[in-house]
Formats: sequence, structure tokens, C-alpha cells
Amino acid sequence: MRNNSVIGWLLAAPLSLVLLVFLVAPVAMIVVVSFWGATEWSIYPAFQFDNYEFLLTSNVTFRVFFNTLKYAAITWVFTLLIGVTVAYYLAFHIRSQTWQVALFLLCTIPFLTSNIIRMISWIPFLGRNGIANSTLISMGVIDEPLEWLLFSDFSVILAFVHLYTLFMIVPIFNTMMRIDKSLMEAAADAGATGWQTLWHVVIPLSKPGIMIGTIFVVALVMGDFITVRFMSGSQSANVGRMIQNDIALLQYPSASATAVILLVTVLLMIGTLLRFVDIRKEL
Amino acid sequence: MNQKLDLELISLTKRYGATVAVDAIGYHFSAGTYACLLGPSGCGKSSTLRMIAGHENISDGSITLGGRDISHLPPAKRGTAMMFQNYALFPHLSVRDNVAFSLKMSGVDTATRRARAGEMLELVDMTALADRLPAQLSGGQQQRAALARALITKPDVLLLDEPLSALDPFLRIRMRAELKKLQRELGITFVHVTHGQDEALALADEIVVMNDAKIEQAGKTRNVFDTPKTAFVARFLGSHNVVAMPDGMIAVRSDALKVTPVEAAKLPGTITNIEYQGTHVALTATVPGKQEVTALLSDKEFFGNPKDLGEAIGLDWQAEAAHALAR
Repeated sequence: MRNNSVIGWLLAAPLSLVLLVFLVAPVAMIVVVSFWGATEWSIYPAFQFDNYEFLLTSNVTFRVFFNTLKYAAITWVFTLLIGVTVAYYLAFHIRSQTWQVALFLLCTIPFLTSNIIRMISWIPFLGRNGIANSTLISMGVIDEPLEWLLFSDFSVILAFVHLYTLFMIVPIFNTMMRIDKSLMEAAADAGATGWQTLWHVVIPLSKPGIMIGTIFVVALVMGDFITVRFMSGSQSANVGRMIQNDIALLQYPSASATAVILLVTVLLMIGTLLRFVDIRKEL
Repeated sequence: MNQKLDLELISLTKRYGATVAVDAIGYHFSAGTYACLLGPSGCGKSSTLRMIAGHENISDGSITLGGRDISHLPPAKRGTAMMFQNYALFPHLSVRDNVAFSLKMSGVDTATRRARAGEMLELVDMTALADRLPAQLSGGQQQRAALARALITKPDVLLLDEPLSALDPFLRIRMRAELKKLQRELGITFVHVTHGQDEALALADEIVVMNDAKIEQAGKTRNVFDTPKTAFVARFLGSHNVVAMPDGMIAVRSDALKVTPVEAAKLPGTITNIEYQGTHVALTATVPGKQEVTALLSDKEFFGNPKDLGEAIGLDWQAEAAHALAR
């Protein structure tokens, strides 16, 4: 027994060490620095609540957090709709497994290029004289180029949805593939229409996948700064941008405090989500 | 029984690409019959059942229920209900909600739904477990829940796809007694797919023996068992010897064989195995043509005149016990 427990600790050691060095230590560092003080030209160790006080009483913080949550919510809605649709199609309408795998891989092909490139490639498409506008004008749908296509909330959310839908598709597809096909027949036998089967059988049974996808998308969007910067043309802000600005101005304590608040917010959101669905049984 | 609710298969065919899974079979199930579709795996019995249920498209032919062509109706409009092999209970719904599912789909209000589901659960003796999830039930309880769910639609025909195969042998025997009892009480037609001949014999009023996409033989269970028409049926139902005699193949039941002195017998043989089975002794002998024949003797019969391995014996039977076989 004694021997076993030693081996157990040894087996757990490498991962614990990695987590300690690369997760716990940096987070602890951020928390510590978030209580430090700063002047225009220096930062100094301290234990004071100035950073938090400033953040939590500033109107800007709330507007930026609200904006971040808005991006997360809208992106979530779209990635969820697309994710469920694509996963449902792949899992239930493609009969042959070869095609299922082939189409699934097709979904992942965009991920072979870098995030930034996929994001930036929207710019010539959406720009004032871009493909979208010129096509619409030549089709006679509009007379003037649409201004809101690029460097707007629209383009930010479009890029988010484009970048992160796969993170919704994969877990939902995975749970849908595990749904016993005879349940669909049982539903048909009970007189359920296609929509009823979707709503009363498929969606409830896909909840764990939906939840995992939601956690991915929410965490990614909440923590993002580069997409917002590029796609809004620096006209919109989210929490990530706020932290980035502070860092650019060497205001590490303030950046740390913002990061801590963001971390707490995201953890609370995920904690709430996990109350609804037990994802452990899916992992 | 209600004549109007007879189920009829008319040259029913199922093709998957070039392979024919069900080849133009026809059969008439009288209303209120407990019928078993019996055959080895891949014989087309499950495809047949799934076509009746509407979960498989029909390639050719048709299915009528009570004179109404149901071949192309959706499953819920056919007057049939299916009980799936693994029961296919919705894992996220309680037993009660599972049973009430079809009522919910057709928009019945909650109170009525719960009351009707309650009645059904009472019928299968599951009232106490109504709020459990399927994962919290044993195999037999899951089966009862599935039965209640199928029966709540008031079907004219209940289709059962290997309903007992997921149960352990002890439970299987108990559940088959319950199935039979339920069928008698409800008076509706049961069509039950199985590959177990003992199950079919125990349950069915009529059996349909299928092989290679075709019906080998069908009819009243006793008739089929007593007078098998083909070697396949005789072998599949068991307890029969299929012997090639000079004037063709015959089937003789093992318990119709008598051990006699060699001279007086229809077949001479050498004993190769003696198996004591409690009430009976199974005596296997090799007969001319390297065929094996098993005689089932009562223990009194055998021990009154014991035999030994390697001993030469004669095997005899009454002329009417032998049935000429088509193949």
C-alpha cells in the first residue's frame, strides 16, 4: 500500500509540475501584481486596492465588459446555430461513415491556416470597395457602398463566428454521434415529426456537447483582443484590448487587475454553465 | 377476434442494392395472433419487421392492415408499434415521460398524458418506478417500460424485435411468460422476431420460419414443428433427425426413434455418444452414409435395456413419424 501511494504521487508529479509552473505560478503572479502600485514611470510592490477601486468605479470598465459580453453572447448564438445544424447534418443525414469523416475533415481545413490570416482575408472582401460591396452594387441591390461591413461590430462578430464555429461543431458532432439511431426510430414510431425529434430527443441528448462548445467559444471570445483590434479597426474595445493597452503603457498592475476581474468573470460563467450539465460523463 | 385487423404481407420485397434481403414473401397474420418470425441471422426477418413498422422502405410488394394499404404510411400512422431490440428508451426522460412521449408529440395535455401513462405503467407493473431514468432500471424493467411505451399508442399490431435477447436466461423465461400473458389480455396481434426456436415454440400461435430472404415454412406452431417440410426447418427447429434414406430425405423426431435389434430395424447404427439428460438419455449413433442420428429415450427405456458405446443397434420408427422433405 505504502509503495503504491509513492508510485501514485510519482505518476501525478510531472503533470502537477507542469501545471504548477505554467498555470498556477503565472496566475498567482498576476494576482500579486494586481495589488501593486504604479506611477507614470514606475511600478512598485505594494498591497493596495487602488487598481480595483479605479476599475470598479470607472464607467469605461463597465462599458467595455458589457461590450465583451455582447460579443460573446452574439457569437455564441451564431456559432451554436451553425454548430448544431452542421453537426446534425453530419451525424444524421450523412449515412456513410467515409463521407462523414471526409466532410468533417473538410470543416477543419480552414484551421490549417493561421487565425490572423483568416481574419485579415475578410478585409478585402468587406472593405468599402471590396468584393461584397462591388458585387451588391453591380447587382443593383445597393447604390452606395455599405459602411457597416468592415470595421464594425458586424465584422468583429463575423470574424469570431468564422474563427470559432468549429469549436462548437466538434463537441456537438461528437455527442450526436453517440446518440443511438434507434432512438430516432422510436421517436418516429411515437409520431414525432422531424422538428419534434430534434427538439425533444436530439437537442436534450446533445446538451453536454453544446455545453463544451459553449465553454470553448465563450472563453475564446472573452479572452480575445486581436480579432477585435483588426476587425473593428481599433474602433471597438473589449477587455482584452483594455489589458493590451495597459501593457503597452507599461501599467502592469492595472492590466493584472483587469485580467483578474476577467478571469473571475469567465470562471463564474463557466461555473454557472456546469451547474446545468454534467459534462464529465462525456469526457 | 376482430377480422378487420388482419395483417397481410403481399410479395413483400427488400433490396439493398444488388442483394435481396427479403424476397417476395407473403403471409397472412390473423388478428389477435401471437406470431414469431424465426430464422438465423441475416435471413431477412428483422428487415421484414422493420418494413411492417415503417422504419425501412419497401422495395416491392405491399403490407395491409385491416384491408388498408399501410405500405407507405409513416410509422405512427400505421396502427403498429415497435418494441426495439435494445428498447431504445430515451435516456434523458423518466419512465413516465418515456411512456407518455407519443401523447406529448400529438399534443395531449399534461394531466391526461400522465394519467394515461400511469395506466400503462400499471399494466406492466412499473408504477413504483415511474420517476426513474432508464439507466436506473434493470433489463427486465427497461423492457416493461418499452412495452408500456409501445402500447400507449393503442396499436393493432405490436412488433417486437428480438425482445428477449438482451436478458439473462432466467429473466428471459419469466419475461416471455409475461409477454404471452399480456398478448392474451390485450388480444392484439404480436409479431415477434427471434432466432431462438425454444422462444418461438413457447410463445407463438403461428411461426414463420425464414431462411435466405424467403419463408421456408409457416403456419400453426404445432403443425410446423410436427411436419417440417424442408431439411432446414427440421434442423432449425431442433429435436429432429434429418436422414437421407434410399427413397429421399426424411425428418424424424428424436423422441420417435426406438432402439431395436439390428435385424428388425429400418436403420442399422453404431452408438457414438450417450448423454444423460436427467429425464431422458440422448443416444447418438452413426448410420450408413456417415450420418449422425440422435434418439431421445426416456430414462426408464434406456436403463431398462442399457447400451454401450460402439454397440451395434437398430433404429426404428413408425411410418407416420417420418416426413418426407423437399430438400
